[in-house]
Amino acid sequence: MAELNKLTIREAHEGLKSKKFSSLDLTKACFDEIKKRDGDIHAYITLDEEGATESAKEVDSRIAKGEDIPMLAGIPAAIKDLINTRGVKTTCCSPFLKDFVPPYDATVIERLKENGLVMLGKTNLDEFACGASTEHSCFGVTKNPHDLERVAGGSSGGSAAATAADMCFYALGTDTGGSIRQPAALCGTYGMKVTYGRVSRSGVTAMASSWDTIGHFAKNTDDIASVLQVIAGRDVKDSTTPDIVVPDYSKFLNQDIKGLKIGLPKEYFGEGIEKETADTVKAAVAKLEKAGAQVVEVSLPSTKYAIAVYYITMPAELSANLERFDGVRYGKKPETNPDNLVDYYFDAREAGFGDEIKRRIMIGTYVLSAGYYDAYYKKAQRVRTVIIQDFAKAFEKVDVLIAPVSPFPAFKIGELVDNPLAMYMADALTIPASAAGLPSLACPAGMSKGGLPIGLQIIAPQFEEGLTLKVASALERLK
Amino acid sequence: MLDEDKIRHVAKLARIALTDAEVKKFTPQLSGVLEYMEILNEVDTKNVPETSQVTGLRDVFGDDEVVKGQASREELLECSELPVDSKQVRVMAAIKQ
Repeated sequence: MAELNKLTIREAHEGLKSKKFSSLDLTKACFDEIKKRDGDIHAYITLDEEGATESAKEVDSRIAKGEDIPMLAGIPAAIKDLINTRGVKTTCCSPFLKDFVPPYDATVIERLKENGLVMLGKTNLDEFACGASTEHSCFGVTKNPHDLERVAGGSSGGSAAATAADMCFYALGTDTGGSIRQPAALCGTYGMKVTYGRVSRSGVTAMASSWDTIGHFAKNTDDIASVLQVIAGRDVKDSTTPDIVVPDYSKFLNQDIKGLKIGLPKEYFGEGIEKETADTVKAAVAKLEKAGAQVVEVSLPSTKYAIAVYYITMPAELSANLERFDGVRYGKKPETNPDNLVDYYFDAREAGFGDEIKRRIMIGTYVLSAGYYDAYYKKAQRVRTVIIQDFAKAFEKVDVLIAPVSPFPAFKIGELVDNPLAMYMADALTIPASAAGLPSLACPAGMSKGGLPIGLQIIAPQFEEGLTLKVASALERLK
Repeated sequence: MLDEDKIRHVAKLARIALTDAEVKKFTPQLSGVLEYMEILNEVDTKNVPETSQVTGLRDVFGDDEVVKGQASREELLECSELPVDSKQVRVMAAIKQ
């Protein structure tokens, strides 16, 4: 039998049910792998061996009693450190929250706990999820399991690397402009970015509220479906989660794709995209065509405006959301002894934020300030509408869109860190779907000649996560 | 378009204290980013509505009933290192008397 930590969720579940091994065995296998490899990779920033062991034993005792357990019960997972976990430090990788222990669970954690969550620990991210490389973490960078000199991507770099390196079975992340899909692609694993509102954001630190989504990483489409099944759906604590039926996602797997219409947006294969990346994605699409799908070229002409739309509206929302980190509502009171409240805020915030956060807060404050609001913020919101209309037109002709996730494979650590605009381009192909609130599933497409993973994304209309799974599942079978 | 004075002003609005070295570092970086944003002027957005919510939800109401909070008052108070007085956090006065 393969090493336990390398099993898929379903294989592990079957093994638990037939008592081939216990949840404690699975948990130990993950911690062994973490001890072996995470010193180099640095995916985790907090480990909870005690809590995980306790949860695993609980599931094992349920199995011993002959109880029927749900798919995720006893399966060890990693959680991005932006997601509140009761009693376990949740830092957002910011000096501001270095010691913050939340008194409640995020809705996604509640749902996973109802399903027998075994939480191994919390994973690294760019501070407050702002970045595309996990280099902007106050705990230091996460390295790519395929090449330790390269980034794992970001902002959910820790969760992606932990999944890719078999240091967990699945991991939760968040995706605002690409923070699940891009690290999934760079680390060579699957990453699901859901429709805006499909998964509750309650209990997850807000970055850009009209863009933020919660999703996950796993090692195949079946596992992606299993986790989605548990975390998706309406939550009264997040009023942006609509009351739309959550389908049985497993039904979308292993389906015939004959006649399915796939669109290749030409803007995603052109300028700025490395040829090897574009070719690898096209080769994968050719396999789907051979299996009976119809492939047509489509155009999303406003693609090139997406980064500008994002880097205006996101910092605007972020700067408003981070207002609460003021040493009163969140964060430490300053060690200085200011004699007025304004100085108190300055001193409290001084200790808190890294460079990238400061940059984004300033951009956000600027574009929302009097005199610039119409020119930047409102203009960006209008162009966001144009991007949405582009997708709507494309989906009149095709069922799904397939494109590269990142314009290039994993870059070297330090390569882009002081060039914010170049770093922002890493999200050029993931931001448009986020702008329109569309689901997009990142899947491994192949490897570069240099041995780095290349990912593709399957984009579908809102709330059609099932369609992305159907296509990804077909691709998996054709490998 | 963005000079050092403007950077200092924006930082002040955002309650962020910047060192002189930071002002020097951020000014060209942020100017570059904002110059890039000019690309949006290529798009004709006359009569195009603004989007701030992508799934079309509006006026979402909850049931008018009291539900138990996820954390107790005591647990929430423990999250603050500020002095607690009558089950409330004592903060600095906003207006001097």
